[in-house]
Amino acid sequence: MSNPAKKSADADACLAGDGASPPGPALPTFIRRLSASWAVAIILGVMLLLSGCGSEVSSRPLSIAGSTSVQPFAEKLAEIYMQEHPGVRVDVQGGGSSAGIYAAEHGAADVGASSRELLGEEKKLCEIPIAYDGIAVIVHPSNPLTGMTVEEIRQIFVGEVTDWRAFGLPAHPIDLITREEGSGTREAFEHLVMAKREITPRALVQDSNGAVREIVAGDPSSIGFISAGLVDERVKALAINGVLPSPENIKTHAYQLVRRFILVCRTAPVGPVKDFIDFVLSPKGQKILEKEGLVGVS
Amino acid sequence: MRLSPQLTQTLVKILLWALTGLTLLILIFIIVDISVKGLPQVTPAFLFSEPVDMGRHGGIFSTIVATAYITLLAILLASPLGVGTAIYLTEYTREGWATRLIRFGAECLAGVPSIILGLFGFVLFVLKLGFGWSVLSGALTLAIMVLPIIIRTSEEAIKAVPQEYRQACYSLGMSQWQIVTRIVLPSALPGITTGIMLSVGRSLGETAVLLFTAGAALRTPISLFDSGRTMAVHFYILAREGLSMPNAYGTAAVLVISILLINLVAYTLMQRLMKRYT
Amino acid sequence: MQREKFIERVLLLLALSSIASLALITVFIFLEGFPLIVHTGLTNFIASAHWAPTKGHFGILAMIISSVLVTLGAMVLGVPLGLSCAIVLAEFSPQPLKLVLKPTLELLAGIPSVVYGFLGVVWLVPLIRNHLGGPGLSLLAAAVILGIMILPTIISISIDALSAVPDIYREGSIALGATLWQTVRRVVLPAASSGIITAVILGMGRAIGETMAVIMVAGNALQIPTSILDPVRTLTSNIALELGYASGRHREALFATGIVLFIIIMVLNLSATLITRRR
Repeated sequence: MSNPAKKSADADACLAGDGASPPGPALPTFIRRLSASWAVAIILGVMLLLSGCGSEVSSRPLSIAGSTSVQPFAEKLAEIYMQEHPGVRVDVQGGGSSAGIYAAEHGAADVGASSRELLGEEKKLCEIPIAYDGIAVIVHPSNPLTGMTVEEIRQIFVGEVTDWRAFGLPAHPIDLITREEGSGTREAFEHLVMAKREITPRALVQDSNGAVREIVAGDPSSIGFISAGLVDERVKALAINGVLPSPENIKTHAYQLVRRFILVCRTAPVGPVKDFIDFVLSPKGQKILEKEGLVGVS
Repeated sequence: MRLSPQLTQTLVKILLWALTGLTLLILIFIIVDISVKGLPQVTPAFLFSEPVDMGRHGGIFSTIVATAYITLLAILLASPLGVGTAIYLTEYTREGWATRLIRFGAECLAGVPSIILGLFGFVLFVLKLGFGWSVLSGALTLAIMVLPIIIRTSEEAIKAVPQEYRQACYSLGMSQWQIVTRIVLPSALPGITTGIMLSVGRSLGETAVLLFTAGAALRTPISLFDSGRTMAVHFYILAREGLSMPNAYGTAAVLVISILLINLVAYTLMQRLMKRYT
Repeated sequence: MQREKFIERVLLLLALSSIASLALITVFIFLEGFPLIVHTGLTNFIASAHWAPTKGHFGILAMIISSVLVTLGAMVLGVPLGLSCAIVLAEFSPQPLKLVLKPTLELLAGIPSVVYGFLGVVWLVPLIRNHLGGPGLSLLAAAVILGIMILPTIISISIDALSAVPDIYREGSIALGATLWQTVRRVVLPAASSGIITAVILGMGRAIGETMAVIMVAGNALQIPTSILDPVRTLTSNIALELGYASGRHREALFATGIVLFIIIMVLNLSATLITRRR
């Protein structure tokens, strides 16, 4: 396979002028063109990268990650914040409360959003409460029930009561829906309702409030729990011990299942992070949250 | 009762055609459902406006940009690496245990479930290297995902070039690189391009990897460190959260059409290049 | 000569970089996941159905069984349908029809998995819930959706395998008086068997590795299913559900699950290679 290189120049000329040449037009042009386009593309890429660093837009967007309960509200806040502060970019991710706290702790996100309280080791992080939210226990609108007691809900979610018959309804298995283990909503639900007992492993699991709502909206025999701020006309929220999860009842804590939304930072917030959090806590930010269905902290 | 061969054949034919018909029905159903509910959504307004209210209203412009951005970057990273590797493996080395091991490794990695790549990308790029949820993290992970595909298809394409071409050139005293650039690559180009197009098609539909590396930010990503959601991720979120059926269908329609177009382009490109070089 | 050497060095660099990135994943997954397997013990990890990672229990048996059952179900649906299509296209259809049908069937391959999952939630899940029972989100739903998803893989590879059988075989058989079906059954299929088995194995690999569509339709309950209407959680779904917040041992357990999946895929690929080589 050795090739006397000195002959290659002759071979070049030989091949170029030869009638019985190998297929196709001269490839070097093709390759040159391809490499040129690659080079241009890479240069463009580098330029983009540098432009991100140098321009008004900060190279690293402010990132908020975590609770799917908080997410729609954070998105709304981010949208308005970015309108008022052109040049600042706020990216909102979901992933669940535990994911958000983890991301904040390890620097993957600037701010973690959580719909549960910090536990154990997490307490060393900086927490900023931004709103109160209720946990609504929802059923399909066709379900004739209007309310339950906390004990009844617990019995269902532990798996002791498995049929709607127990509530005087036509016999049908209860389709139980819960959130994944890292969910703040689930953690808050367990804390407020389950009294140290485990949710049955036979429950269906979905990884966001919206997904739970979707399933309950489609399954007449289902029951699940979501953020009260996300209840819409496609599902029905049950009254707990006689109290419905309306904003007034949540504010006065007449409704039992109330938890805080908190923002979590690794250290006390400074700079752009602090600016955004100040916005969230400002009267304007709080009004946005209340308009969307939450209860403010102020 | 012994059935005559003719009768058996007729019965079997009926069964097989019925099953084929069933398969076609399923396909037609899928296409019709997406088209009927999705195509009406695909207006210029839909394509060029940003998502509003978490995607309930507005369009999918930012997702289109994010998709193009991340996919192009991934292909740009993976193609030179993949094609270069294929060239080196076939033209510059001898077939042995090393090359076979590499090939087997590439095969295996081509089959790795995408969620594992997502896990890997999340831990390495988002967390450990500190890139966060970003176009960069997504593109890097995606590049690793398509690298085996490009290596494999490029290798097959290069190997398909007849040895006689190379031998004729050696006898004329051409250097290895001259042979590669003037003889092998032009002939192998259709196959290589098809492989790259296949990778693009695969990236467009990829959700598990990108959800955990590029994130799900709704804005149009500009810098490499911005997060962005691709069309597939946006569709997944819309569908799962029940935010907007019309928009979900619209996004699905755009996705499927894009992938179809890519496949069509790959196919015609391959046809045309084959005609040119053979 | 200088230029030659330089180019060869560059290509070597590219090749090494590729291999390095590919090796990186493998090494990374094994390094991250292996300590957990050592910690829990292999038998405990694979044979226990108790998965409570926040409390230190890492048994993935329920998920292994669910993955296996979902894949088997997908094969039960996908192989007969896919093979029938392949046989019809390769052997029984006239050329013009074949020209139309083949690209049409390959259209299926262009549809992303999340779209299948979505359509499954919209159409299939209510169907199962209203007519068969259970919540609809079930082992059955996952198996059906996956079965449909692997059809393009099985069909195209099988068609290639069938088309690769030389016409001489067919002509010889017909000349002996056999019907077309007898020819297909006794001559063509056996000759193409290694290719078809490869198709099936690759389809299996795709089914085991699918995540998004399964999360949408399978229900994700952490239990060993007792009926096909029970909700299930596969190995891949579990990783997706928990990877955002898993840390420490929990995350190692997810990587360990990745190792299990990796080994399964490796075994499948190895069998496919061995079978094709034997022929």
